[in-house]
Amino acid sequence: MAGEIPNLAESKLTALVVDDNLVNQMMHHKLLDRLGIRNDVVCNGQEAVDAHCSGRNYDLILMDMEMPIMNGIQATKRLREMGIESKIAGVTTRAEEEERKEFMEAGLNDFQEKPLTISKLVSILHNLDFYVQT
Amino acid sequence: MGKFMQGYLDEQFMELEELQDDANPNFVEEVAASYFKDSARLINNIDQALRRGPLDFNRLDSYMHQFKGSSTSIGASKVKTECTMFREYCRAGNAEGCLRTFQELKKEHATLRKKLEHYFQVQASDQLCVINQLQNMC
Repeated sequence: MAGEIPNLAESKLTALVVDDNLVNQMMHHKLLDRLGIRNDVVCNGQEAVDAHCSGRNYDLILMDMEMPIMNGIQATKRLREMGIESKIAGVTTRAEEEERKEFMEAGLNDFQEKPLTISKLVSILHNLDFYVQT
Repeated sequence: MGKFMQGYLDEQFMELEELQDDANPNFVEEVAASYFKDSARLINNIDQALRRGPLDFNRLDSYMHQFKGSSTSIGASKVKTECTMFREYCRAGNAEGCLRTFQELKKEHATLRKKLEHYFQVQASDQLCVINQLQNMC
């Protein structure tokens, strides 16, 4: 892994990991922790929507695409309909052009292919203006 | 990671190791434990689905999508390759191909499990050596 890992603890950013896969949940949670970003984890799109309905809000949402009950596309659309303006980054192994387009059009701000790494996450943060790479 | 694991784990495993720190000294082992718990469940589901006839290729593909996802995240390259092949056979509606590939996948998965168990044992043993050496120096 090249380059220094930025510490964004002072920026007090918050994030929500939305993924049904336990291994991915652990990884993404730890990746965000490592960057100093406080984060919660939920298992599907419905839980992400419920979290926001209960009054929670996040600067960044890492949204998986394929999940049971409510998938990432449906959840992204619903959150945008609710007026949620958080930055949403889609993260998925499904990277075919059509699927990516549909996911982006649901209301994403950015997209990254899984598996996420520190450098991919830093790239998301840079693209969404949370962090300026030097 | 060493030659022992080469071919079985790719650079994604090294990403996991980079995330391990003093706050979570057993992070990699915990992720591996979750992976094997989850993959055991998926193997069981796929086993049962393969015994039912006619095969539900959509369901099988869905299980294997999950399996491939986890395997990719932990860096299990050989298992991931078998998952990809299995999914191709699903899409082609090739039952024999699915069955054959699934047997290979289970073998690779079992081998990876043994290798990782050994790897973590060696790591724990190395750490104990370091602690003993430090204690002897005091």
